[in-house]
Amino acid sequence: MSSVTDVAPVPATRTPEGEPREPRKPRAGALLGLVAWLIGFLFVVPVLWMVLTSLHSEQDAATNPPSLGAPLTLDGYREFFGVGTGANPWPALLNSLTASVVSTVLVLVLAIPAAYALSIKPVRKWTDVMFFFLSTRMLPIVAGLLPIYLFAQWSGLLDNIWLLIVLYTSMNLPIAVWMMRSFLAEVPVEILEAASMDGAGLLRTLRQVVAPIVLPGIAATSLICFIFSWNELLLARTLTGTVAETAPVYLTGFVTSQGLFLAQVCAAAFVVSLPVLIAGFAAQDKLVQGLSLGAVK
Amino acid sequence: MPSAQPATLARPSRRRHAPHGRVRLAPAATVATVLALTVSGCAGWGGGPTGGGPNSINVLMVNNPQMVDLQQLAAEHFTAETGVSVNFTVLPENDVRDKISQEFSSQAGQYDVATLSNFEIPIYARSQWIAPLDDYVAADPGFAQSDILAPMTASLSGDDGKLYGEPFYGESSFLMYRKDVLADAGIEMPAKPTWQQVADIAAKVDGAQPGMAGICLRGQPGWGQLFAPLTTVVNTFGGTWFTKDWTAQVDSPEFRKATQFYVDLVRAHGEVGAPQAGFTECLNNLEQGNAAMWYDATSAAGSLEAEGSPVRGKIGYVAAPVVETQSAGWLYAWSWSIQQASHKKDAAWRFISWASSRKYEELVGSELGWARVPAGKRMSTYSNPDYLAQASAFAEPTLAAIQAANPNDPGAQPRPAPGIQFVDIPEFPDLATQVSQDVSSAIAGRMTVDEALKRGQQLADDVAQRYRTRTSK
Repeated sequence: MSSVTDVAPVPATRTPEGEPREPRKPRAGALLGLVAWLIGFLFVVPVLWMVLTSLHSEQDAATNPPSLGAPLTLDGYREFFGVGTGANPWPALLNSLTASVVSTVLVLVLAIPAAYALSIKPVRKWTDVMFFFLSTRMLPIVAGLLPIYLFAQWSGLLDNIWLLIVLYTSMNLPIAVWMMRSFLAEVPVEILEAASMDGAGLLRTLRQVVAPIVLPGIAATSLICFIFSWNELLLARTLTGTVAETAPVYLTGFVTSQGLFLAQVCAAAFVVSLPVLIAGFAAQDKLVQGLSLGAVK
Repeated sequence: MPSAQPATLARPSRRRHAPHGRVRLAPAATVATVLALTVSGCAGWGGGPTGGGPNSINVLMVNNPQMVDLQQLAAEHFTAETGVSVNFTVLPENDVRDKISQEFSSQAGQYDVATLSNFEIPIYARSQWIAPLDDYVAADPGFAQSDILAPMTASLSGDDGKLYGEPFYGESSFLMYRKDVLADAGIEMPAKPTWQQVADIAAKVDGAQPGMAGICLRGQPGWGQLFAPLTTVVNTFGGTWFTKDWTAQVDSPEFRKATQFYVDLVRAHGEVGAPQAGFTECLNNLEQGNAAMWYDATSAAGSLEAEGSPVRGKIGYVAAPVVETQSAGWLYAWSWSIQQASHKKDAAWRFISWASSRKYEELVGSELGWARVPAGKRMSTYSNPDYLAQASAFAEPTLAAIQAANPNDPGAQPRPAPGIQFVDIPEFPDLATQVSQDVSSAIAGRMTVDEALKRGQQLADDVAQRYRTRTSK
C-alpha cells in the first residue's frame, strides 16, 4: 500500500526567500498537493473508521446516523481475544503467520533463480516461458476449488497447514517471477561485466553485485506475496477446519445473522491487519528506493 | 592480478551493503520463520480428518449468540465432566451452510457434529449423510426426548421416521409491538390480529415518534431473509409455492395478493432502507425506536428483553397475523446432527446430549442469565419459574406459536413437501433467493410485483417440472 501512494516532492511549491512571488507555479503545486492529500485521505478514512468503530460498544457501532463521539471501550478487542467467550485467536494467527512466511520464503527461493534465467541470462524462448507463468493465473482459483478439495480429501491433507503452504506458493510464484524479472532486468549489464572482469564467479556476482541492487525488489516481492497469502480466504475457508484455520477464516466467524457484531468484527479486522501493516512499514524504505539509483557512475 | 581483484571487490561491497541487507534483514527473517515453525507446532501441523486426538470431537456451528455462549461453557463444564474436548469452528450462517454441505456431501469426516436446521435435516437424512439418533436416545433416558416439543421432533425426523437431529433452540414467528406507542395512540392490539388490522395499526402509528416507522418487515433478498416472513404471509392468504401434484403457483392470485399486500405495507409504512433490511436491521430499528411493530422470529424477544436493551419491558407479543388460516407462525430450529462418516459418534452424542439437555438450560440460566437460555425446544423450559420470571413477557406467546406450527399442513391446501416458511426441497434456497431479489426490487420500487412474480413463476415451474417427471416415472 505505502509503496504505491508515495508521491515525489514538488519543489516548485516553495518560493525562495526574498524573491517576488510567482503566482502560477505555487498555485498549481498547491492544487496538486491538495489532490494528493485528498486521495491519501480517502484511502485512510475507511481504516480510521474501522479503528474508531472497533473502539465503540456494539450498540453505538450499529446506530444510524453513526455516533462518532460515543464513549470508547476495548470490549471488541476483549471479545476478540476471548475474554469471557473462551475463544482463542492465537492458533489462527499463528497458522496464518506460518502459511504466509513459509510460502513467501519458498516463493523467493524458487522465483529468484527463475527470474535470473529469464532476464540476466535469458533462456531460449524466454517470452514463451513468461507467458506460460502468466497463463497459470488465468484460471480463476474457484474453478479449481472442487478438484483441489477432492484431492486434499483423498490424500488426507484436509485441515493441514502444509497444503495451504503449497497452494500459496504456487499461487504467488508467477507473480513473483514476473516481478523479480522486471527488477533483475534493471541491473545494468555493465556492472555484471565489470564484476566478471574483476574475476567474480556466478555466486559471488549474485551475492555481492546483483543482490544488493535488487534488494528493494526482493522486499517488494516478499511483501506482495506475504499480503496475498495472509489475506487469502477462499482456499483457507474451504480446506481448513479446526486445526489449520487461518486468521481471515477466524475473522469471518464474528459475523452473525442474529445480533450485533460490527464493533467485534472491526476490532478483529484491525488486529488481523496489523502484521501486514507492520510488514509494510518495515519494508517501506526498501520499497521506495530507486532500483538502480547511482549504480552506474 | 586476478587473485587481488576479488578482494578489492569484496571489501567495499561488504562495507556498503552489509548494514542494509544481510545483517538486518536476514536474521529477522530467520527468526520469524523459526518462530512461526516452532510455535505452530501446537497450531496447524497435526491436520487431517483424524486430527485432535481420540478424546476430542470437532464441531462446525453457526455464529449465533446462543452458540457463542455454548463455546464459553463447553470447556469448563462438558470437557471437565466427560473428558471429551471440543474443537469449534464458528462461521456466519451462509458460510456455515456452504461448508456443511461441502463437508457432508463428500463425507469428508472432518467434523463429527454440525448445526443443521429443520430445513436441511430431512434432505440430508434422505442422502444418508447424517446418522440416525434413535438408538442413542433410547440408551440415554436422562435426555428425556419426550420433553422435546412435538413439532420439533417431527421436523427433525427423516422420511423413514427416524430421528436425525436434536434441537439446540427453536423458534416460531410472532408480532412484536411497542405497547407504549400503541397506548398513546389509543390503539388496542388484538390477541390474534389479522394482517388487515396490522396494516391499519401501522398506518396510525407511522411517525408516532420522530423517525418511527409503522412496522418493520424484512426486505433483504434471501430465502431465509425476505421469504421467511413473506412465505408465512402467502400461506395465510391461501397461497403456496407448489400444489400437491407439483404445479408452480407463484403467479396465482393468492400468492400475488399476499406479495402485493406485503410490498405495499412496507413501502407505505415500513422502515427506512427496507430493501436491505433483514433480521438484524429490524432488531436495531425496534431497539432504537425506529419502528413501532415488527413481525419476525420469536427468538428476537430474548434480545429485546435483555438487560441494557432500551425497549426492555415496552414490547408486547401477539400471535402471527392471519387471514385465512388459524395460525401463521413458522417453525425453525438450529439443531445438532452427527456426520455419518464420523468415527466418534459416541462422543458426539455425549456432546449433543449435554448441549440440548435441560441441565444445560439451567447452566446458562445460572451462569449467564435466564434471558440467554436457548429456549423453544423443551416443554419443561416453560414451567421453569426462574425462566418465566425473566421471560414472562414472551414465554407463553412463543410456546403457543411453536405448538401451533404444523410443517406438514401450513396453509390452505395440501403440500408436496413439508415446511412452513420454506419448501423442504434442495432447490428451494436457489429458487426463493432468485425470486426474493425481484420482490426486493419491487419493495425498492424498481419493478412491479406482477413482473417479479411472473419471473418467479418460470423459475418455480422449472423446479416443479423436475419433480413431476420424477413422480411420473
